[in-house]
Parts: sequence; C-alpha cells; structure tokens
Amino acid sequence: MSRDLAIVLPVLIPIATAAITACLWNSHVAQKRVGLVSLFALLCSSFYLLAIVADAGVVAKQFGAWKAPFGISFVADPLSAALVTISGILGFCVGVFALRDVSARHQRNGFHPLYHGLLAAVNGAFLTGDIFNLYVWFEVMLVTSIGLLVIGRTRDQVAGALKYAALNLFGTILFLSGVALLYGATGTLNMAHLAQILPNTQMSPGLMASAMLLLCGFAIKMGLFPVFFWLPASYPSAPIAVGALFAGLLTKVGVYAAFRVFTLLFTVEASGLRETLAVIAALTMLVGVFGAVIQWDMRRILTFHIISQIGYMLMGLAIATPLALAGGIFYVVHHIIVKANLFLLAGAIYHASGTHDLRKSGGLLRSHPWLAVLFLIPALSLAGLPPFSGFWAKFLVIDATMRDGAHWLAAVALLAGILTLFSMTKIWNEAFWKTPALVRKQPRRVPMAFVAPIAALGAITMAIGLFAEPFVTYSRAAAAVLVDTTAYVAAVFPAPAISSLGGM
Amino acid sequence: VTYFFAAAVAAYMAGGIYMMLSRHAVRMILGLALLTNGAILLIFFSGRMDSTQPPVVPLGGTILDADAANALPQALVLTAIVIGFAMTAFTMVLALVAGKMSGTLNTNKMSDFDLPASKDKSPNKVVKSS
Repeated sequence: MSRDLAIVLPVLIPIATAAITACLWNSHVAQKRVGLVSLFALLCSSFYLLAIVADAGVVAKQFGAWKAPFGISFVADPLSAALVTISGILGFCVGVFALRDVSARHQRNGFHPLYHGLLAAVNGAFLTGDIFNLYVWFEVMLVTSIGLLVIGRTRDQVAGALKYAALNLFGTILFLSGVALLYGATGTLNMAHLAQILPNTQMSPGLMASAMLLLCGFAIKMGLFPVFFWLPASYPSAPIAVGALFAGLLTKVGVYAAFRVFTLLFTVEASGLRETLAVIAALTMLVGVFGAVIQWDMRRILTFHIISQIGYMLMGLAIATPLALAGGIFYVVHHIIVKANLFLLAGAIYHASGTHDLRKSGGLLRSHPWLAVLFLIPALSLAGLPPFSGFWAKFLVIDATMRDGAHWLAAVALLAGILTLFSMTKIWNEAFWKTPALVRKQPRRVPMAFVAPIAALGAITMAIGLFAEPFVTYSRAAAAVLVDTTAYVAAVFPAPAISSLGGM
Repeated sequence: VTYFFAAAVAAYMAGGIYMMLSRHAVRMILGLALLTNGAILLIFFSGRMDSTQPPVVPLGGTILDADAANALPQALVLTAIVIGFAMTAFTMVLALVAGKMSGTLNTNKMSDFDLPASKDKSPNKVVKSS
C-alpha cells in the first residue's frame, strides 16, 4: 500500500461505507455488517497512518497531482495522525456499542450512513491542508450530526437540533467570512502556503479581523464560554451511542482547528490574543463545572463537563509554549477516550437502573459491581486523579502554565478539577452507592455489546495513565511540529518549489 | 466601487444578524440565509473584481496574462452557495417539524428540555433513548 493512499483511506473508507449503507437502505442486517467491517478497516488504516507518520514525520498528498498551492492537499502531521487514530478507535468502540443501543427505528431513519458520513467529515477536517476545504468538512460534519441528532424524531431532539443548527451555522459563516478576508489579503487558501506568506505580512486590520472571525467561529464549534448554549440543549437528547460520538469528537474538531490555525497561520502572541484566550479558558472551565453541579441527569452532567474540559485544552493554546501545546494535545487525546467512555457508561447505567435521573437510581454497586469499577476508571481520570490518564493531562497543562507565570490560571484549573471530582462523586453516590428508591427483584442485565467497548476504552485510559511516557514523548514531538512550521511546509512544498512560489 | 461593495456586504451582515436575534424560528433562519449570502459576497469581492479578461492561457504561452480575471473566488462561491442553500433548506424543514411537534415557532417555547429540572417537577421529562 502506498503512502499516498494511507492519508486518503481514513476519509475514503467511511465515505464509501456511507454510500454503500445508503444503497442497502432496506436491509438493516447488511448495513450493520458492512458498517462493522468498515469500522474495523478504518481502525487498521488509521493505525497504519500513525505508523507512517511516526516513522517519516509529516506526509502530504496533493489531489489530482496539482502542485501545492493550486490543488487541494491533505497533510498528516503527528497531531492529525494521533487524532485520526483516536477517532478510529472511538468510531469502532461506539460502533460496537451501537449494535445494541441503536433501535430498528433509528436504523430505518438512516443511522448507518449518517454515522459513517460523520466519521468521514471528522477525519477530513483533521487531515485537510486547505482552509476552504476545512470549511467544507465542517459543513459535512454539521449536516450529518444534525441528522444523527434528530434520529429519534422526538420533540426535544428536533427543538435541540434547531438550536444546534442555528448556532453552528452561524459559527461556520463567521469562519467562512474569516477565510474570505484571509484570501483577500494573501491570495491563497493552502495552509502551508499561508504559513509562508503570513509571517512576512504586516498585520493589517483585515488580517486581524480574519483572525478574530476564525477564532469566534471555532469558539462556537468548541463550545467556549459565552457561546456554548447549543451544547447542553442538544447532546443529552441524542441516543447514547450518538451522544458518545459527539462528546468525543465534535467539539474536539473545533479544538484541532484552533490549534492548527493559531500555530500555523497566526500565532497567539503576534495576534495579541493571549490574555483573551486565557480569560476565556478560565471562564469556560468554571462555568462548565458549575453548570454541572445543579444537574441530576448523568448525560447533562457529562455535557457540562465537556465544556469545562475544553477550557483546559484552550489553556494549552493560550500559553502556547511548546510544553503547553504538548499538554494540550495530550489532553485532547485523553479527553476523547474518557468522555466518550463516560457517555457509554451513562447508557449502561440507564440500562441497568432504568432511569436517567440519578435521584431515582441507586444500588448498582451491589447489583452490578463490575460496572462500578468500569465507571471509576474514566470518572477518576476525568477529575485528574493519579494513576489515570487525566492526572498526566492536567499535570502537563498546569505545569506549563506555572512555568509561564500564569499562576491565577493554574489556580482556576485546579479549582475546576476539584469541582469535577465533586460531580463524579455525586454520580457515584447516587447511582452506585445509595439504596435505590425502588428495589428490583431481578437485576437488569447489561448486554455484552455495552460492556466490551466500555472495558476497551477503560483499558486505553489505564494504559495512557500507567505508561504515560511514550504518549508524552509523542505529544512533545507533535507540539514541536506545530511550533516550528518548516516540517509542515516542507512536506507540502518539496524542496525546490519553496523559493519560486514563496513570493506569489 | 470598493466602498459600495463593502457597504453591500455590511448591509447583508447587519440585516442577517438582526433577523437572527429573533425568537421566531423562520425569521431566524432567513437571517442565517442573509448572513450566508453576505459571506458569499465577501468571498466574491475578495478576489480581483475589475478584470473581465477570461482566465485562459494565450496560444503559445505558458502562464496567464497579468490582467486575467481570477476564477478561484467563483469556484469557492459556487461551493458556498450550494452548501448554504442546502443548509437553509434543511434548517427550514427542521423548523417546520419542530413547529408541528410543539405547536409554536417561538424557539424559546419549543421544549423545556435544556432547562435544569427543578425539584418539584416530575422527572419524567427524560426522553426515551433506546
């Protein structure tokens, strides 16, 4: 298999599967089988891409053999490759969970084509090297995710989806306007080409406006402090498998885009956004965690914690030293696994106790002790207790913040960590520990298709926590590529072309 | 002429944002459509506008003439128009379904799902998800 193909496969496989499953519209069994085979192929191909990138550094592919600034390029650097691998793992695990969780009605409404379409869009956004192409992937992601959100056709889902659609559409329009201004100022859309031109360009009002518009667009996608309202309105109403995929991947695409644009094109220092980003990060952490405190539905608690956790990742970007960026990348990888796992657990707990309301459930420690163990792994990891992955993620980010002298930000992060622990304790007390309001004569069994992915994701969390070293080294290497853009540019523009095209 | 174009984009954007702030679902979506069109015009105007020379390499030459029109913004705009139209149509259908289900087009009254459940309210509000 050639190297070019390896970059394209993570998008090609799911998009082809979306088409095939759409053709098999009337046969749910066939859709399920094709989907599962494809998810496994996606998992393998994403690991293959990771191996190539770990071996050869940044690799790029030009579509249609058009030379770099003229065609669309796909670029896989260590950050993209890691995120593609994580989304491959998550796509497979959630796909297995969905075997039992997704009902026949959801499948009749097109669950499988939408699921694979969403995975294709997410991988496309991670891999593209062209900023207008990124906009297109954002829109594909938006339309497939709305389709998944309203798959049950309940009133709450449709009303939530309308808010989700309106705010996210607004975000992509801001992003598109930013791209338009950027194109007007530089005359190119290729990110590697922009990375060559922008450092030599005076920061004009147009460019500044472009940077701000891009940031606002990504902020809506990420669910940052003032613009996160679409998130708690929509995620909890979705079916659990869909919610887990959303919680793991969607907001992280926004985080990835912000990491990419504000290291490769603009830098946090040069655009003077550092203080703004730091304050937004602090407020996002606090508001998210306080929002979770008053909730009694486990899915809502988790949704608010997504918002809070995004703050930690943004903190890495705001500090923007190589150490902080490495911490941010490690955080994203750890968070995708842990948060999706907690959503799946919310589904398993619902299955075991028959209610989403924590006040009504209870006693699961007695009836499902292994479920309690599986819950503790991601829950304590989310709160940042050693020896789980969250401890290292928080440690790296907060350590980098302290080294940079932003002690107040580190203090806020620690406070948000304690409050996260409080929320997790609440779920533990209510769902597992207390005597249930209504004692069941026969315990409800949780199907194997639920337990296996939860256990697999828990094992990955444990692995990251106990053998953190290779993951930290990899994050540092990925951050080094982000800070020093020459490797990225050189992959897109093979050596002799740089000087002749630089002045276009 | 540049200022005229800039004013046109500004008018689209301002009208779009004003409409978007409405609680009425249809008005909000029309506002989004206006905003999309504003962004599309912005892309269109950010290319070179003044040239009418077709972007064709002259016979025997290897590069374009210096005053050739820029074809790229038109390709971008075409993509953005198609996507924008599809999204507008899609959200319109969403609003229609939401309006039918809840009997109102006021986005605040469609569902109380995203409000925190209070103590006295029955917790049966949870939607069946399986």
